Amino acid sequence: MDRYLVQRAGFALLGLMALMVVLPILLVIGTIVVQGGGAISWEFLSAMPRDGMKAGGIFPAIVGTLLLTLGTALVAIPIGVGGAVYLAEYARDTWLTRAIRLAIINLAGIPSVVYGLFGLGLFVLFLQFGTSILAGALTLAIMTLPIIISAAEEALRGVPTEFRTVSISLGGTRWQGIRRVVLPQALPGIITGVILGLLRAAGETAPILFTVAAFFLPRLPQSPFDQTMALPYHLYVISTQVPGMPLQIQFGTALVLLILVLSLNVLATSIRSYFRRRRQW
Amino acid sequence: MSLNKPRRRWSEFAIEAGIRVLGFSSIGFVLLIFLFLLREGLPLFFEVPLGNLFSTRWYPTFDLFGILPLTLGSILVTITAIAIAVPLGVASAVFVREVAPGWAREILKPMIEVLAGIPSVVLGFFGMTLLAPFIRETLGVATGLTAFTGALILAYMALPTIISVAEDALDAVPKSYRDAGLAMGATQWQTIWRVVVPAARSGMVMAVMLGMGRAIGETMAVMMVTGNAARMPLTLDSLFRPMRTMTATIAAEMGEVAQGSTHYHALFGIGIILFVLTFIINLAAASTIFKRRRRGGLR
Repeated sequence: MDRYLVQRAGFALLGLMALMVVLPILLVIGTIVVQGGGAISWEFLSAMPRDGMKAGGIFPAIVGTLLLTLGTALVAIPIGVGGAVYLAEYARDTWLTRAIRLAIINLAGIPSVVYGLFGLGLFVLFLQFGTSILAGALTLAIMTLPIIISAAEEALRGVPTEFRTVSISLGGTRWQGIRRVVLPQALPGIITGVILGLLRAAGETAPILFTVAAFFLPRLPQSPFDQTMALPYHLYVISTQVPGMPLQIQFGTALVLLILVLSLNVLATSIRSYFRRRRQW
Repeated sequence: MSLNKPRRRWSEFAIEAGIRVLGFSSIGFVLLIFLFLLREGLPLFFEVPLGNLFSTRWYPTFDLFGILPLTLGSILVTITAIAIAVPLGVASAVFVREVAPGWAREILKPMIEVLAGIPSVVLGFFGMTLLAPFIRETLGVATGLTAFTGALILAYMALPTIISVAEDALDAVPKSYRDAGLAMGATQWQTIWRVVVPAARSGMVMAVMLGMGRAIGETMAVMMVTGNAARMPLTLDSLFRPMRTMTATIAAEMGEVAQGSTHYHALFGIGIILFVLTFIINLAAASTIFKRRRRGGLR
């Protein structure tokens, strides 16, 4: 058989398989947009749920997810960026450094529900934070760490060595070089990684199942020690635990969650491509 | 003016010490997680005889804690998911990296990032409301909430990991390999499958393993679409019947157990199994990177 014919058939097959990857994604997003679009209204976004969540809005769930994400950011960003600075700027290639890398790979691989168990065991019960925003945010933060560390380390390593040499040759200390030169240069990459990590945290359900989530709580949390509703958990609850739930509200909730997560996704990728184009080195 | 090294202020010492601590924190967190799983899960092995643990019935209300159906459920769903995801993922990676024209790449790569960002509960919801009825009707089974439905969703959740790792592996194959293949008179197609992909072999293996780790640990989507029946998947048609995984068991039952009860310890016990399992998978995946480094970057 003509081997160029084989090649053409082969390439077509590859394209077809790539299409099989892409089409379902479009199908999922398309269906949720079409079916959920009708549910979205100002009331839906800004009102408390009523009638056993079958009417009204999902305001407390939206606020809860935003608060959890904020809490996660407050904990995970300093630890993650600090850890990345250590790995990229200070660590030598010793067995200890390899152990850190192994730990990061393993953190990234631990199932989300196991993080939930851990959060329950350490934060909720042992430290007696109770089911609270604090316990949930801490759990989510540890889960987000490996994503932030890997992305920030890669961004820091992307900054050419000359930047550091020049800073030191001008009489700066190592830390001054990192703070004034390397970190600002790596900032766009770090921000992208942070957003990608946070959007993962915002969409997770399993880690907050036993650490924060309230089934139905039609008021806003008053302190970090309060429980709260959260969008992903709310979607799980109304689609599996409440019989007779109007389908439109379910799709509407899924759509709000999807919009929140995907807009963060677009933000992250556009920051990355904008600064990649503007980069001078 | 002295040519001494610039004097470091005490605050700088403090900051650098702090960074060092943060650098090591990851190790601390892994240990902490394992410690707390053990603390809450180990009592199980003193409360329940091993014969009960390794039996075929998970029925906590009657003190039956057989983890076999859950473990086999996880394995069945994961293997099926990987069997679907690997051909699709490797083909997509090869397509994106070696074949696709620029515009197709510009569409494909962001789409795959979008897929990675879709929360698992949203995919589970989609699977429950649309995919499950579809599967029930096309296959003519009693319920659409089956192991296969779960595997299908899991396959797509593992795809972003598989594609991006496989793509990195292809990316690392030197251009000279491709040139050499073409110069020998091979077509691009032959070069891809006989030179480039074999050269990226270890990266491909890693892609599959990381995808597997992702699939075995996935919780919400699996819980929502597999039907949650803890039965032994021993017959051929088990794939098209309701099924229960380890992760789904923890998520579904933890909310209802009394803290400190045997059932509570059993759920943490499953957590230990999951932790160790993913640890081994990731260790194996990581060892392929370290091995590759030792060979001097050439894959």
